[in-house]
Amino acid sequence: MTLTANQETPPPAVGRAGLKKELPEQFKDYRHVWVFIEVERENVHPVSFELLGEGRKLADKLGVKLAGVVLGPPGDATQHAIAEAFAYGADVAYLVEDPLLEDYRNEPFTKALTNLVATYQPEILLLGATTLGRDLAGSVATTLLTGLTADCTELDVDADGSLAATRPTFGGSLLCTIYTLNCRPQMATVRPRVMAMPQRMNKPVGCVIQHGVPMLEEEIVTKVLGFLSDVQSTNSNLAYADVVVGGGLGLGTSENLKLVKNLARVIGAEYGCSRPLVQKGWMPADRQIGQTGKTIRPKLYIAAGISGAIQHRVGVGGADLIVAINTDPNAPIFDFAHVGVVTDAIRFLPALTDVFTQRLSPHSRDKLAN
Amino acid sequence: MHVVVCIKQVPDSAQIRVHPVTNTIMRQGVPTIINPYDLFALEEALRLRDVHGGEVTALTMGPPMAEDSLRKALTYGADRAVLLTDRYFAGSDTLATSFALSQAIAKIGETFGAPDIVFTGKQTIDGDTAQVGPGIAKRLDLLQLTYVSKISSLDLDAREIKVDRRSEGGIQMLHGKLPCLITMLEGTNEIRRGSLDDALRAARSQIVKWSAADAGIEDLSKCGLRGSPTVVKRVFAPTARTEKAEQITTTDKALGDLADELIVEIFARQPALEHELAFDASA
Ligand SMILES: Cc1cc2nc3c(=O)[nH]c(=O)nc-3n(C[C@H](O)[C@H](O)[C@H](O)COP(=O)(O)OP(=O)(O)OC[C@H]3O[C@@H](n4cnc5c(N)ncnc54)[C@H](O)[C@@H]3O)c2cc1C
Repeated sequence: MTLTANQETPPPAVGRAGLKKELPEQFKDYRHVWVFIEVERENVHPVSFELLGEGRKLADKLGVKLAGVVLGPPGDATQHAIAEAFAYGADVAYLVEDPLLEDYRNEPFTKALTNLVATYQPEILLLGATTLGRDLAGSVATTLLTGLTADCTELDVDADGSLAATRPTFGGSLLCTIYTLNCRPQMATVRPRVMAMPQRMNKPVGCVIQHGVPMLEEEIVTKVLGFLSDVQSTNSNLAYADVVVGGGLGLGTSENLKLVKNLARVIGAEYGCSRPLVQKGWMPADRQIGQTGKTIRPKLYIAAGISGAIQHRVGVGGADLIVAINTDPNAPIFDFAHVGVVTDAIRFLPALTDVFTQRLSPHSRDKLAN
Repeated sequence: MHVVVCIKQVPDSAQIRVHPVTNTIMRQGVPTIINPYDLFALEEALRLRDVHGGEVTALTMGPPMAEDSLRKALTYGADRAVLLTDRYFAGSDTLATSFALSQAIAKIGETFGAPDIVFTGKQTIDGDTAQVGPGIAKRLDLLQLTYVSKISSLDLDAREIKVDRRSEGGIQMLHGKLPCLITMLEGTNEIRRGSLDDALRAARSQIVKWSAADAGIEDLSKCGLRGSPTVVKRVFAPTARTEKAEQITTTDKALGDLADELIVEIFARQPALEHELAFDASA
């Protein structure tokens, strides 16, 4: 990416003219598409399956195999992750099972993954842009001195088989397509919920290739002292919710956020917000939707009092149906919402909540009352 | 104790232009700020210094005008500022950036004392990659602690540090050794205003300006475009959808009727939802 330390016009002396086009000899045998299957505290992060769906398309275009890579301690969780990787489309699985990989720590994970890559030489390596995935991807790419494109929204293979990775830049106001020309593997991370979840298949488990970590516990500086699980893990709920209600500055006061929460409760939705609400301390950061918050992919997104700035838009573009409530008929959100209601959200949200409540099945209404 | 904080000057707004020929970003005329995430790192560094003594060095790689950000870091209370600037750095991707910064940090270590901790923000608001921190750590072979929400203890004699680190499902409590690199999570501390003394000192301070050669970088092929394995092929604006939202307006309609109309519209477009939300269509 040409984003750092950029001067007005790049001086010709260091321009791209001299860049080698030909892939160096040592990378010519790099083949196949790998997806890192993220297992943390025994759970597979769903982004891994989304990536397998995307990886499948790339592998098919290139005519190569799709592999899932599982790192973890010996036990059921890793075995389960392998089975799931096959069910979501992997042809092969690479497995590094070692007690060193019990909890996520950068050192043994980086060592295990770079070692696998150096041994089996994939041409493309995809990871989720989660806290774990980003921590690991940065170290692995630097160790291998290869290119890494962060937070991609689109992946494709061009005519000569290079990975074309498209990502938003400058807060989402622009998109750029990035290539890793002379190095392998071509690495990319993708945020959860940006790619669609593929169909799960009932497929027998395929070929599993086992590998070790060339490391001892004594060589690892980091020790895990404990883990404090999020009591209500709002994190994943918002990203994976089918229905989301979002509130923006148009709601006027933090008090009015209860209008959003009420509607969400009645229709069994998750709620989120635009960034200024987090900055004002009205909502916790993990409820923020958008470029610097969560990407959502619900069947229905109701945005109340949100203008629809580009940074918000990139987080909701994957929603099937976007309903916007805004007093300003020219608000940018109406450019990408499917249904718009031009009205005062503060008055309209209670009315909407009421009508929804009336339409609830008696069963749901009872449940809500309790 | 010596703490180095990497900061970046970024455009303040989304109003940026793209060079029509080179497809690189043109920053002229766009107001700049210190990357907001880096301020949490800077504040954390200043707090550690206030408690444990020592010095904080702010470092940035960027064009000459990035000096503004460093001066600002000095007004917040940083003791020293280093600007790494050279046309050879133009067009650096994260790998090339981490190389240049790591070389500068090594030079800072030789010149002003080895850092015990290197801080960066979680990510930048223009690049958004979160890769430069881990890149620097790897280049300098430092222990890497990312997404840190709290430094719970620091023992300089024993060279030990304990931190809370945000992971997807909770907080991981980690024990590590110095020297280390920490990427700081946002919202973890209250950024100070900076005193009048600091402002006066900042105005008088000399900013250390290093070229690639000054920083001891011999291999220029690892810098800038040449040192960047990633290449931007195309920069473009997101395609706008052509059809606008179908608007329902309030004029002469009661809010309840409007709500009814909206719900009918929602279920017409997403029939599955009616079932999933356990709504009784006949009610
Ligand atoms: C680098 C960067 C990253 C960013 N990341 C994000 C991000 O992740 N997520 C995000 O959301 N933003 C992000 N932003 C901020 C973004 O640019 C906008 O500032 C933000 O989304 C605006 O929030 P808003 O729509 O709630 O507020 P405003 O822009 O103030 O809009 C309020 C809207 O409410 C309407 N309104 C007012 N009163 C009422 C009423 N009574 N009823 C109904 N409507 C009413 C107004 O017409 C207006 O359209 C980012 C910005 C930058 C620079």
